[in-house]
Amino acid sequence: MTEQALAFTLPAVRSRQARIGRVALRWGLHAMLVLFALYYLMPLFAMVTTSLKSLEEIRTGSLISLPRQITFDAWRTAWSSACTGIQCEGLRPFFWNSLLMTVPAVIISTVIGAINGYVFAHWRFRGANLFFALMLLGCFIPFQVVILPMARMLGLMGLAGTLPGLILVHVIYGVAFTTLFFRNYYITVPRELVRAAKIDGAGFFRIFWSIFLPLSLPIVVVTIIWQFTQIWNDFLFGISFSQSGSQPVTVALNNIVNSTTGVKEYNVDMAAAIIAALPTLLVYIVAGKYFIRGLTAGSVKG
Amino acid sequence: MAPILEIRRAYKNFGSAEILKDINIAVQPGEFLVLVGPSGCGKSTLLNCIAGLENTTSGAIFIGGQDMKGVSPRDRNIAMVFQSYALYPTMSVAKNITFGMRVRGVDQATKERKLREVAAQLQIEQLLDRRPAQLSGGQRQRVAMGRALVRDPALFLFDEPLSNLDAKLRVEMRSEIKKLHQWLGRSMVYVTHDQIEAMTLASKIAVMKGGVIQQVGTPSQIYNRPANIFVADFMGSPAMNFIPARVYRDGACAKVEIARPGHAPLVLNHPAARDLPDDVIVGLRPEDITEAGFRPGSEVQTVECMIDTVEPAGADTYVISHLGGRQLTARLHSDTKARPGNTLPLAFDLNKISYFQPESGEMLN
Amino acid sequence: MADWLERHVPKIIVAPTFAAVLVFVYGFIGWTAWVSLTRSRLLPNYEFDGFIQYERLFEAARWYTAMNNLYIFGALFIVLSMIIGLGLAILLDQRIRAEGVLRTIYLYPMALSMIVTGIAWKWILNPGLGLESMVKGWGFESFSFNWLVDPKMAIFTVVLAAVWQASGFVMALFLAGLRSVDEEIIKAAQVDGIPTWRIYTAIIIPSMTPIFLSAFIVLVHLAIKSFDLIIALTGGGPGYATDMPATYMYTMAFSRGNLGQAASSAVVMMMVVFAIIVPYLYSELRAKYD
Repeated sequence: MTEQALAFTLPAVRSRQARIGRVALRWGLHAMLVLFALYYLMPLFAMVTTSLKSLEEIRTGSLISLPRQITFDAWRTAWSSACTGIQCEGLRPFFWNSLLMTVPAVIISTVIGAINGYVFAHWRFRGANLFFALMLLGCFIPFQVVILPMARMLGLMGLAGTLPGLILVHVIYGVAFTTLFFRNYYITVPRELVRAAKIDGAGFFRIFWSIFLPLSLPIVVVTIIWQFTQIWNDFLFGISFSQSGSQPVTVALNNIVNSTTGVKEYNVDMAAAIIAALPTLLVYIVAGKYFIRGLTAGSVKG
Repeated sequence: MAPILEIRRAYKNFGSAEILKDINIAVQPGEFLVLVGPSGCGKSTLLNCIAGLENTTSGAIFIGGQDMKGVSPRDRNIAMVFQSYALYPTMSVAKNITFGMRVRGVDQATKERKLREVAAQLQIEQLLDRRPAQLSGGQRQRVAMGRALVRDPALFLFDEPLSNLDAKLRVEMRSEIKKLHQWLGRSMVYVTHDQIEAMTLASKIAVMKGGVIQQVGTPSQIYNRPANIFVADFMGSPAMNFIPARVYRDGACAKVEIARPGHAPLVLNHPAARDLPDDVIVGLRPEDITEAGFRPGSEVQTVECMIDTVEPAGADTYVISHLGGRQLTARLHSDTKARPGNTLPLAFDLNKISYFQPESGEMLN
Repeated sequence: MADWLERHVPKIIVAPTFAAVLVFVYGFIGWTAWVSLTRSRLLPNYEFDGFIQYERLFEAARWYTAMNNLYIFGALFIVLSMIIGLGLAILLDQRIRAEGVLRTIYLYPMALSMIVTGIAWKWILNPGLGLESMVKGWGFESFSFNWLVDPKMAIFTVVLAAVWQASGFVMALFLAGLRSVDEEIIKAAQVDGIPTWRIYTAIIIPSMTPIFLSAFIVLVHLAIKSFDLIIALTGGGPGYATDMPATYMYTMAFSRGNLGQAASSAVVMMMVVFAIIVPYLYSELRAKYD
C-alpha cells in the first residue's frame, strides 16, 4: 500500500534485544490503532445496541451491553409513528423530503460545477481569476450571514418553506464547491489537447462533450458523493427555510429527540438517528475512497 | 511564386514583456522552415501565432496569400503536431485521426478512405483500435502526424515533436519526418531547440534569440556564414571556438595577433584580415583545427598547442587546449597520439575563420 | 456573429453563477451588514442607526459567554483534532496491513450529520444512563461524569463530540501529506543513519506546513459553523452555558425576533472567519497566479 517504507526495518545484523524491542513496538503500534478504532466505533455500537433494546432493558442494562432481547419496535416507531412536533408520522415523510431535496440539488449543482470548472480551467477571460477568487472566498463564509436575507428573498419569490426553495438554496451555495472540484480536475488536462481540438475544428461545447466529459467519471463520482453528504446532512438551511411539511430528515430527527414531551424513548431516538444517517453512511461504505478523495481534493491541493 | 506563409513586422507583447520583435519571414511552397533557438526565444509563440492559437500584438500573417487576421485556427488550412502529441485520451487511434473530419461533417466513405490512406502511409494500420495510453512514444507521434496528415492542409506546423522521445527514437523519427516531407512536398514549419534537427531537416533555418530573428538562411549558409556570434555559437556541436585577437596591418599583409600570457603572441598571417577593425574575435570551428599534416589546404598555419584534456568520441577525438585566455577545441582523428600535458602541432585552416565584432557580435567578413 | 458568440461563450456560461455569487453571497452579506446597523426587530427597518446593535451585542452577557465558548471550543477542537489526526496518520503510515479498514473506521464520522453525532454523544454522555452509569456498573461507584448538565463543563462535551467527528478527516489529510514527501529525501536520510523518529520530526513534519495550514483552515471553518452539533447535543444549555455565536444568532433571528442582533452577531462571526481565511486565501492565490 505504501512504497514509502518507514516501517521499523533494521539491517540484518542486530542484537536479539533490539529485535524484541522492535516486535514490542510493533505490537504497541497495533494496540494503539485498535484502541482508537474502538473509540470511533463505540458511539455507533452504542447507538445500534440501544436501538434494539426495550426501554426497560435500557434502564437496567449498560451503555454497551448487547441487547438481551432484540426488538425492532423502536425502529418501527421511529419510521412511522414518532412525533416531530405536532405530527406523529415518524421519519418516513421527512426521509422522503430529504430525498426529493437532495437528489435534484446534487444533480444540478454538479452539472453547473462541471461546465463552470471547464471554463475556469481552459478558457481564460479578463477577470476570470478575480471571479474565481471571489467564488472561492464565498465558500468560507459562515452561512449565518446569509440566512436572514435569503429567508426574505425566498418569501418574495413565493418559495418560503417549500422544497424547491431548499433545492435552490443548496444549489446556489453548493456551486462554489463543485466548480472548485471540477476546475482542479480539468486543469490537469493538458492545454495542448484543447489546442489540437481547436485546430481540428471543435468549438467550446464540442470540446467539452467529446473530450472532457468522457474523462470526467472520477471527479463526477467524488463531487456527487461530496454534495450528497453535505446536502443530506445539512441542518441549518433545513431548519431556517422549511416548514413542518417540507422539513428534511435532519430537522425531523432533531425534533423527535429534543422535543420535550413525555417519556424519553432513547431506543426510538437512536433508531431515528441511524435511519437519518443510513444513506450517507452507506454511500461512504460503498464509495469511501472517493469520499476521501473529495475531502482532500480542495484542501491538499490548496 | 507566392509564398505559402508570410509574416510581416509581427510583434507580440504579453503585458510588458516583448516576446516577439519585428518578425519577417516568408516560406515558399514546399519549403521546410525550422525555427530554432534556446528556450524562451519565442519560437513556440511564433508558431502559435501562425496557427491562430494566439494573436499578434501588431503585424500581419498571410497564409496562402490571405490575411489571417481574425481567422480561427480551424479555418487556416493548417495542421499541427504537438510536443506531447496531444492525442484525445478517451478515443481510439482511428477516432483520434478522424475527429476533425467528424466535426466538419465529412461523409463516412471519405472518412474511411482517408483514414486508410494515412494509416498505410505511416504504418499504423494495426494500431487503429488502440487507445493512446496503450501506445509507445514513437507510435503516438505517428498517430499525431496521422491526425495532421488527414487534414491535407497547405501548411504543417510542428512544435518540438521529438523532444519527448529518447535519443535513438529521435534519430529514427527525424528521418521519417524528412522522408515524409520529400514524399508529400508540402510546406512545413518546424520548431525545435535542437540544432542538429534543424540542420538535418530544414531547407531554410531561422535562428531566434530573445524574440528577434538572428538570421534566416539555408543550413549551409547558417553554418558556414553565421551572421553573428550567437548563431555561430548555437549551431554546430561542439561549438565554434571564439578567441579575442588584434589585427595589425603591414602593407599588403595583415597579421592577426592572439595574446598568450607567458609566451610570445601567436601571429596568424591572414591577408584577408586587412579590412578588419583593430579588435576582433576570431571564430574557428573544431573541425577546422586538425593535426598538422593531416589537412592539405592553401591557407593553413601550424600552431604548437599544449593539450589540456583529450575526449575520445568514437569516430573522432576532441582535444581541448587553450589559446588567448579561452578554451580551444580541436577535432582530431580517433587514432591521434595526443596526450594531456604534451604539446601538439595543430593546423588552423585560415580560410574557415569567421571574424566577429567584439561588442555587437556581428560577423565582419 | 457566430465568431463573436464563440469568443464570449465562456463568459456567458459562468455569468449566471457570477450573478448568483454576487447577489446571494456578497449582496446578502451587504444586506445583513446594513441591517446590523439599524434598529430592526421582527421586520427589517432600513433606517441607518449607527453601531448600536454592536454596542448591545458586546454588552450582552450571553454574547460574552458565546464568544468565550467559541474561543475555548475552537482552540481545544483544533489542537486536539490536529494532534490526534497527526498521531493517527503517523501510526498508519507504518505499513499496517489493515490500513484500509482502519482508515475507513477513523473517517466514517465525517459522513454523519452533526445532528446524528450530537444525538449519539448526548446519549453516551447521559448522566445516569450513559457512560457514567456504565463505568459505575463496572464497580467504580464514585465515578461521576455529568459534564453534560454541568454549566462549567458542558462546553467540553461539545469538544469531545466534535473531535470525534473531525479527527479522522484531519488524519486523512495528514496521511496524504506524509506520503507526498519525496521518497528520495527519506532514503538519503536513512542512508545517513538518521533514526526514524528523527526523520519525522526534522524532515517530514516541517515539509507538511501547507497541509497543516489546510487542516487548520478547514477546522476553523467547522468550528465556527458548529451550529448543528450544539443544537443536538446541548441545545445551547444548560441555560446558555454552551451557547456559541451561531446559536445566539439563530435564537435572535427566529425565536426572539430581533433581526438587528441577529444580523450583528452574524457579521461578527463573518469577521472572525475572514480575519483568518482572507490572508490565507490571498497568499495561496498570489502564489498560484503570479
